[in-house]
Amino acid sequence: MLALIALAGVAVVGMIALRGVKPVFLWTDVLIYLLVLVIAGVVIYSRQHEHLRAPWRRVWRSRAGMAALVVLGAYVLVGLLDSIHFREPLPPVDRSESSGHSVEVLSVFDKLAEPLRLRVEKTYSAPLAAQLYAREMQELPDGTQQRVYPRLQYGGAHLNDPETERSADIVVTASAGLMKGLGIAVLVSLAIVMLLARHYRTTPASALGRIMRAQTAMAWHVVLLTLAIILVGTMVLIELSGKYHVFGTDKVGQDVLYQTLKSIRTGLVIGTLTTLIMLPFAISLGVMAGYFRGWIDDVIQYIYTTLNSIPGVLLIAASILALQVYMANHPEAFETVADRADARLLFLCMILGITSWTGLCRLLRGESLKLRELDYLQAAAAFGVSHARILSRHILPNVMHIVLIIVVLDFSGLVLAEAVLSYVGVGVDPSMISWGNMINSARLEMAREPIVWWSLAAAFVFMFILVLAANVFSDAVRDAFDPRLRAN
Amino acid sequence: MSDKLLSVQGLQTCFQTGGGTVRAVDGVDFDIHSGETFALLGESGCGKSMTALSILRLVPQPAGRITAGKVLLDGQDLLALPEHAMRDVRGKRIAMIFQEPMTSLNPVLTIGMQIGETVERHLGLRGKALRDRVIALLDDVGIPDPAQRYGEYPHQLSGGMKQRVMIAIALAGEPQLLIADEPTTALDVTIQAQILDLLRKLQRERGMAMLLITHDLGVVAGIADRVAVMYAGHIVEQADRAAFFADPKHPYSRKLFESLPTMGKRDRQLAVIKGSVPSLAREFRACRFEDRCDFAWQTCRDTAPRWLAVGPEHHARCHLNDPDIAKPAPRAAAPAPAIQQAPRATAGDVLVDINDLQVFFPIHKGLFKRTAGHVRAVDGVSLQLRVGRTLALVGESGCGKTTAGKGLLQLIRPTAGTVHYRGNDLTQIGARRMRPYRADLQIIFQDPYSSMNPRMMVADIIEEGMLAQRIGRTDVERQARIDELLTQVGLSPEAKRRYPHEFSGGQRQRICIARALAVNPKLIVCDEPTSALDVSVQAQILNLLKRLQAELGLSYLFITHNLAVVEYLADEVAVMYLGRIVERGTVADVMQNPCHPYTQALLSAIPKIDTATGREIIKLEGDLPSPSNPPRGCHFHPRCPMAMEVCRGNYPERTTLSDTHTTHCYLYR
Repeated sequence: MLALIALAGVAVVGMIALRGVKPVFLWTDVLIYLLVLVIAGVVIYSRQHEHLRAPWRRVWRSRAGMAALVVLGAYVLVGLLDSIHFREPLPPVDRSESSGHSVEVLSVFDKLAEPLRLRVEKTYSAPLAAQLYAREMQELPDGTQQRVYPRLQYGGAHLNDPETERSADIVVTASAGLMKGLGIAVLVSLAIVMLLARHYRTTPASALGRIMRAQTAMAWHVVLLTLAIILVGTMVLIELSGKYHVFGTDKVGQDVLYQTLKSIRTGLVIGTLTTLIMLPFAISLGVMAGYFRGWIDDVIQYIYTTLNSIPGVLLIAASILALQVYMANHPEAFETVADRADARLLFLCMILGITSWTGLCRLLRGESLKLRELDYLQAAAAFGVSHARILSRHILPNVMHIVLIIVVLDFSGLVLAEAVLSYVGVGVDPSMISWGNMINSARLEMAREPIVWWSLAAAFVFMFILVLAANVFSDAVRDAFDPRLRAN
Repeated sequence: MSDKLLSVQGLQTCFQTGGGTVRAVDGVDFDIHSGETFALLGESGCGKSMTALSILRLVPQPAGRITAGKVLLDGQDLLALPEHAMRDVRGKRIAMIFQEPMTSLNPVLTIGMQIGETVERHLGLRGKALRDRVIALLDDVGIPDPAQRYGEYPHQLSGGMKQRVMIAIALAGEPQLLIADEPTTALDVTIQAQILDLLRKLQRERGMAMLLITHDLGVVAGIADRVAVMYAGHIVEQADRAAFFADPKHPYSRKLFESLPTMGKRDRQLAVIKGSVPSLAREFRACRFEDRCDFAWQTCRDTAPRWLAVGPEHHARCHLNDPDIAKPAPRAAAPAPAIQQAPRATAGDVLVDINDLQVFFPIHKGLFKRTAGHVRAVDGVSLQLRVGRTLALVGESGCGKTTAGKGLLQLIRPTAGTVHYRGNDLTQIGARRMRPYRADLQIIFQDPYSSMNPRMMVADIIEEGMLAQRIGRTDVERQARIDELLTQVGLSPEAKRRYPHEFSGGQRQRICIARALAVNPKLIVCDEPTSALDVSVQAQILNLLKRLQAELGLSYLFITHNLAVVEYLADEVAVMYLGRIVERGTVADVMQNPCHPYTQALLSAIPKIDTATGREIIKLEGDLPSPSNPPRGCHFHPRCPMAMEVCRGNYPERTTLSDTHTTHCYLYR
């Protein structure tokens, strides 16, 4: 909820600051807003029902779960900021009114990270370097030519002699970031402690004591610690990236940090929207097949067996190629490059969703087959409870743990699938920044001598943290919701 | 008595759990002499299986640990042996058979290989000698055609046969001591009689000692030489069989006897042990039974009772037997209250009339699922259920009694036959028209663990039927009714905000009864509602069912294999064999004057406590035939001790023996 309000605030402020911008609603943006709304609705519903609130309270108490949730929150914040798109007005060419809008679609995140986006070097440079990674012929003042590592246009440009000054400067800048980060962390913690003190009706000192001794209903000490680490890390990155390219630059000189952060949205979209598209198929068909048996089961089984026997990659390649042909024939349907890239991303989500529901469907069918023989379903039938109610009240809640596990496993699998598909050339649009595209281009970088490792490393680290946090959080949720684990 | 074979001294086994240390076995002492059967009797959770596992050092690691005591086998302490030496003890000197024969055998190995494995390990035989030895063992445990059975897989054998194979494996190392952990609990009574008989015979022939672990007083009476009663991790009473059954000294043992249902207790409530078994996680200082005991006084709450001799070879752990302790004036135990059977004007009228009910399950074969035959689960059953009365449907597992109950409720659509209720044939009306009748016809299941949705709160579970049947207009009204129902079945209304897993088996069964009562039923089909419960809890549930019948005028169709419960609860009895009813009558007709040879065998196979009467057990050979291919003629003739030529021809017609008593048998034509 807080994220939503903050987001709306940022959007409004942004729009006021950039008068005359034209908001752009990409398809995936709309779906993301929808997803946020659904989650908000679920939160409100759960708050009103004690039997749903109780397990969530157990999640709030879980230390690993809360740490993971804070990390996920940071990712989601970046992803959401990157999902508010607009087009800037072009500077008027002459005195006449409205010269139209730029063809470049930007997001709020792009605006916030403007320096990162615009400070483009010539080609590869290592993390925190002051020079390019490749030697170039340069003409010296005395007229002779020499192959040297030229200075970067932006990275470390303020240094007179990078050889001697760079290390010290990095330490100083990072320390400044560290101090700022700690300062902000302390301020945020104080604010939270004050709020909690008001909530518990005690003094801030005693509230702090309770947090430190882990006597609060929520694992606040873990939340504050994780938040502090993230804030310090962010501030160090911000300070350093003002003067350097923290993760280096890629082949065309773009900042790798910027690319990695932009990839978060692509990753989240592929991971969540695909699941969102797949779930209705998988759940409804799987549960129905298992519960009703008979010809319904036969039909559903035939459908997914057929779908499964087609190689998934071929199906995706064929669909994406068909889409490309359609896009080429109907250029008028897509106003900007971003529109095209987005349509392709959404289409990829859909086709991935359609090919990946069979596994979950099969699992749910098996589980429903087992459940339908249980006595409590017989008891419900003996009361004359309708099929729809039996499915929603008895079967669905008892297969949700499977859904939860598969969704999280698929989330990481889908982020990886995107990389594989980009390799084959049927992934997201090449113009769209994604971890898949980064890893794909790393193929050539790793074959280079000396190797360029930072693109791959940055993509790997960010992807790894996201997947790990998602796994840890879902573990906490599953443990909290499984009544059988709660006996002790 | 001969010398001590096994001597267990001060054995203590602990488990580390999230809730602290659980002392599953807490200071157990007993001796077993060669050639005798020593029975360890107790309810679930009292630590008797853990005692057996501790003797063999098979306690689940790493949670469980044997923390104190000695286990002396011929004077050698097993707990001090290294693990490799222990492997020569297990199977060779002490062997064990388990409760569940279905899961104790490896399904992908032939039974010959599984027995041979043990023979090879302990006797070192190979090749032909090994095979001959295995076949001899199979013959010893009474498996017909042992040479042919050698190459068969576990799934080709029935439950009783599998238990025989398990016994053969246990015997393979020619052990001095056999530990049998509930060896017959998972089996039907006629099979149980066979297995107990086999164990008795083998023990006599081999001079083997046996440690029998059971919860069934009847089994103890039939086979044990000495008995020890376990409660909350230690032994509270130990005696030889005759002394124990003649005069149990510990209040807990006495309560166990009193809570057994019998014919004689029909018109009164069964004795129950109040409360539940204390948690073994806590430290005991006083008597462990004190809070549930009718005789407890202050001394019981302060000091732990001593282990006292109360007769020759008879010890008990109770202050009542301690001559050094002043006892309060004995309180006269109040006689169990009689049940007020309010006679109702309509009692005895036919409520549901089942006529020639058939439920067949098709067997599909091949690619196109062609119907290749039918499993005739219920094959022509006719019953009349009367208002306010209990009809017991009795039979062994697989005879179709549960299917008949579900066929009556239309949970399984019958293949043929009629079920008349309030002038309608329920088999002919659709799901929509059936819905209002669903409130009148309810069901309670056997397993209280799987009969409630684990993700719903008790209030939601009970409310579900009310919502489906539109009972109670507002939420407030329904919640008030739920409180009332929970009180009615003996639970606190606070229970409704909790989940099913927070309750014990008996409490869950109460919730299931409350759920059925929520829609004001006329008939409840009780499908073995007490067979998963301990004796003392069973008594509570039976009392509850009887009280509800008296108060609400309910009719019960009581499906069970437990004939003692039938004697206590039922008005009429129908005995089922392979999908058909072989004998029907009032409880007096059938239980005291059984006519059909199957009923006679069934009744004689129940292990009885009063062994003095010297009754003869009619042993049935073989197992229940497959209902997909029933024998020609009388279904029972292949196992019948009185089979005649005519029995092989056609199924016998009904013979009326009296107004209330009928049977299907050529003996009475």
